[in-house]
Amino acid sequence: MDLLNLSLYLPLAGLLGIWAVRRNESLVRWVTLLTTVLAFAASLPLLFNFDISRAHELQFLTEGGRFVPDLDISYLVGLDGLSLLLYLLTTFMAPIVVISAWDSVHKHVTGFHSMLLLLQTGSLGVFAAQDAVLFYVFFELSLIPMYFLIGIWGGSGRIAATLKFFVYTLVGSLIMLVALIYTGYDAGHAVNGGVFTSDMRIWTGAEYQIGLVQQTWLFLAFALAFCIKVPLFPFHTWLPFAHTEAPTAGSVVLAAIMLKMGTYGLIRFVLPMFPNASEAFAPLMGTLAVIGIVYGALVAMVQKDVKKLVAYSSVSHLGFVVLGIFAMTTTAVQGAVIQNINHGLSTGALFLLVGMIYDRRHTRMIADFGGIASSMPVFAVMFMVATMASVGLPGLNGFVGEFLILLGSFDSAALGSIWFTVVATTGVILAAVYMLWMVQRVFFGPMTHDENKSLTDLDARETGLLIPIMIFIVWIGVYPSLFTGYSEGHIRHLLEQSKLKAERVLAATETAALPAWARDLYDATEDLAATK
Amino acid sequence: MNASQLLPLIVALPLAGFLVNGLAGMYLPGYRERKNWIGWFATAMVFVPFLASVTLFMGLEADSRPVTYHLMTWLQAGSFTSDIAWRVDQLSVVMMLFITGIGSLIHLYSMGYMKEDEGYWKFFAYLNLFIFAMLNLVMGDNLLLLFLGWEGVGVCSYLLIGFWYKDMEKASAAKKAFVYNRVGDFAFLVAMFLVFRHVGSLQFDAIFANLDGIPADAAFWIGLLMFIGATGKSAQIPLFVWLPDAMAGPTPVSALIHAATMVTSGIYLISRMSAIYVMTPEVMLIVAVIGGITAFVAATIALTQTDIKRVLAYSTVSQLGFMFLALGSGGFIAAMFHVITHAFFKACLFLGSGSVIHAMHHVEHELDHHGKHVHFDPQDMRNMGGLKAYMPSTYKTFLIATIAIAGIPPLAGFFSKDEILAMLYNAGAFYQPVYFVLFGLALVTAFLTAFYMFRLTFGTFHGTFQLSKRYPEAAGAEKYLHESPWHMTLPLWVLAVLSLVGGFMGFPDFIVQTFGNPDAHSNWLHGWLIGGIAEYDLALAKPVKWTILLASTALASFAVWLAYQRYTGDRAAESDAALQRGLGGAYRLWSDKYRLDEIYEGYVANPILKLSDKVLAVFDLKGIDGLVNLVAGLTNFTGSILRYAQTGLVSGYAMYLVVGVLLVVGLLLF
Repeated sequence: MDLLNLSLYLPLAGLLGIWAVRRNESLVRWVTLLTTVLAFAASLPLLFNFDISRAHELQFLTEGGRFVPDLDISYLVGLDGLSLLLYLLTTFMAPIVVISAWDSVHKHVTGFHSMLLLLQTGSLGVFAAQDAVLFYVFFELSLIPMYFLIGIWGGSGRIAATLKFFVYTLVGSLIMLVALIYTGYDAGHAVNGGVFTSDMRIWTGAEYQIGLVQQTWLFLAFALAFCIKVPLFPFHTWLPFAHTEAPTAGSVVLAAIMLKMGTYGLIRFVLPMFPNASEAFAPLMGTLAVIGIVYGALVAMVQKDVKKLVAYSSVSHLGFVVLGIFAMTTTAVQGAVIQNINHGLSTGALFLLVGMIYDRRHTRMIADFGGIASSMPVFAVMFMVATMASVGLPGLNGFVGEFLILLGSFDSAALGSIWFTVVATTGVILAAVYMLWMVQRVFFGPMTHDENKSLTDLDARETGLLIPIMIFIVWIGVYPSLFTGYSEGHIRHLLEQSKLKAERVLAATETAALPAWARDLYDATEDLAATK
Repeated sequence: MNASQLLPLIVALPLAGFLVNGLAGMYLPGYRERKNWIGWFATAMVFVPFLASVTLFMGLEADSRPVTYHLMTWLQAGSFTSDIAWRVDQLSVVMMLFITGIGSLIHLYSMGYMKEDEGYWKFFAYLNLFIFAMLNLVMGDNLLLLFLGWEGVGVCSYLLIGFWYKDMEKASAAKKAFVYNRVGDFAFLVAMFLVFRHVGSLQFDAIFANLDGIPADAAFWIGLLMFIGATGKSAQIPLFVWLPDAMAGPTPVSALIHAATMVTSGIYLISRMSAIYVMTPEVMLIVAVIGGITAFVAATIALTQTDIKRVLAYSTVSQLGFMFLALGSGGFIAAMFHVITHAFFKACLFLGSGSVIHAMHHVEHELDHHGKHVHFDPQDMRNMGGLKAYMPSTYKTFLIATIAIAGIPPLAGFFSKDEILAMLYNAGAFYQPVYFVLFGLALVTAFLTAFYMFRLTFGTFHGTFQLSKRYPEAAGAEKYLHESPWHMTLPLWVLAVLSLVGGFMGFPDFIVQTFGNPDAHSNWLHGWLIGGIAEYDLALAKPVKWTILLASTALASFAVWLAYQRYTGDRAAESDAALQRGLGGAYRLWSDKYRLDEIYEGYVANPILKLSDKVLAVFDLKGIDGLVNLVAGLTNFTGSILRYAQTGLVSGYAMYLVVGVLLVVGLLLF
């Protein structure tokens, strides 16, 4: 078995291991940890053996047979420049998440760790799958364990929160499923000799072009599913509930990995398959993204619960990512790709930190703290680094993505106006306001609650699990080109191909046959008639 | 060793100092007690770069090419590339010299000042980190690395203002500083996007080589936005209100960051980009007007303050305003000249005030020790007076620096201020008459400066010790007053000497030309910097220059005389009261700091907070999420209705079937 498949299915094997030792909670933890560490170790060579000069091609490819004889649905996994780092982020975060739950989860320990492992295979599969049906299966597979993680190990409002999370995401993905089936047949008729195909290489390839009207509907279906997952304003309301109710491990995976499936999907499917629609809807998507940036920040500012504040800050940060994607310039999309990773690291770290303080005080209310920097200095330092990364301080990772997104969207032809960037840039002010105000109220000032005087600082386990994240927060901040280099070739190629495809689709379009709304949407009136 | 190899060394040492003291201090409790080692090590990590900067300086000529060092590519994506690379030219090296030079002195001083503090190790780690960031700011070969330094010094400023974080007021001041700076940074970022759009690079050399590619309106916006960025960092209207609050930090921090170095970043930025500024006279005028108003406004506030550090803080804002006046009138070199002289005398003044506060703390401590619990503000000058007898070194150096800032010849501030006044008059005569108004405003401000500074000096050091009079319990407290240790007085003396003679680096040409060689160039700084800066020509006739010089000297001297009349011999309180009566509403406005904080809070911060709390957060729950729930509820409701159709009775289903078939048949038939 090659390393990609090995790292992908090791967590499932670990599931069997857990089941074997299910009576011994401590062994269950160790087996889970060992599994995730092995999976991470197995995934590392993928990074080293990745050929950057072919970043736009799938590597470590496995082409299995068809699942169904008459349909071209096959087992197809591989990584390219777009998915490689996300895949590694997932294997990297897994052991950290397991260690974070070491002392804080005591209910149904076996079940909890089974869910974590199942979730990991599901998430890894999303990033590795290169067949749309397989992608969909993994996409849904990752949903189920998260549903249980929140629903069983969550806080007091967990049932309502997890139901909202599940149903909301499911509605989006069911609509996507319809679009997916349609595309499979359409692509089959167009370029696969009439046989249904869900091979994403064919879908996103140069030959398969989708007419403007179909593009519009398919774009809306796919984009809706992914935007709910991101979540993009105004589809974000499930997130604060899910985050606040989820156990720490769930929040971390949710923020660091699962939200990324949405932005990943936008780049993987939407940009290359629907280039004309992406461009036509770019101003709309840009507007929603910018609203999300400002709105998320303003709502974050007035939250009383630290975790909810971080959740709303995610809405703001992911607005940047969506803005970068629909700016459709290499610089901006590259910024979005690295911002995906960065948000995973810094917000992941913040959720871990919030979890640590919750374990001690069983509260996350800002008002219950104050002055704890003196009882927990190491905690304060770690929190400060994650905060500074989150507010985009140059030299730490958050700045890299934000800056590239803003710079790249400033000159975006798709967005068509500098105002998207200008308004989005106010996010740097607001981020400083909501994060530093919270930090001030939690860490500084006199100790107003006696309970906080006896707080113990981070122990070796907690420090140890944070330090790897801190290293990457600094590393990506200082030497980002090492990381952006993996996706550069892919994104450049993707945007070039999309542009060509968009032109070809336009050239092949009979303007007269288009409905009026489509002509307006795609500006396909005189211009096209003139060129013909 | 090649000169360019010095550059990474200069940057790396303060960073190493930060890492060693920071990490060892955090993880090894025993290390924190080795204060001598920590302090000397941190000082060395700034002093060695100072020596290296001197070496670099010696190797440069006025017409040398910049010394460069390319470390690596930093950001690269699409068509954008930016490097971690340093570029030291005549302008940078001047900045480096006083950043590391004054930096070393202040590190040394802090070894005395912070001796008793439990966060000693942390303090020195932050100071080193600050020097690292500040050096990148002035040495970066592109705007992005400059921005890294720019934000880096902002964070250090945040950490150091809030150094005594257990006091909520100090923590608030720290956050306020960061947020106001961020408002400026927003503009700076957009300026960078514009530069990149028109030049395709953020590298200085590329920008200067492609000035033709920047259209006039873009130059206007770039200039204006960068200036807005500068109003944040360099504390100008409308963003200056954070600086007075920043005095919450330990006094060496106020001297180093909030007087000598960081707050002059904005002036450095505009001088660096002078080639773009001269393309857009409108922005030049805006810069000058804002600078002029800030200079005046801050001076009037300074007049009313009684906290010794706050007087100095407003004075700093005012002096920074002078520098922007200079920039706006095309006197980029004049501005840099004032940056340097101001660094000397203002650092000296702040360190002097620190010495005084240190002594007052000691008094409070001793009183406490002797069972007299007197709580007084050790920074309030009304509690001082007569200190010159007890603290001779502090007094003498403070006095020298005061004379220098007041603009009395031949001390440092006199020459730099005179050059600014001349450039302003010059701009009025040859470019735009509005500058004459600003010239007048600058003269008034110069007068106010001399007056309030001597009010401070006389009030603090002359007369008799007021504390024992104001608090009966503190009678005889003057015996606890003492001079500070040599760690603290040595830097004071070095800075005082620099305040004495520093002005001669910019000795005006026309004075020498009047008495000697008519072609002489005595203004060394001008000759040194002119190669890389688009300075306007100072084309005024010699008699005009002499008139300005004599007039400003006369005004300053008059102000000193007035202050001497009113603030020596324990007359400070009554003179303040008289001033208050005489000025009435104006005085109240000034002592209320023009109510700017209240205006910002009332009209910007609170409305946004209210909007977020009462509208957006509610809308999120009831509006958006309400809609989501409504959709879910409707689905549920539909389901609950349709449920009644699912009776489970086969006969029922059979009937539906029949009805359905009939319907379909009916539709087909008709």
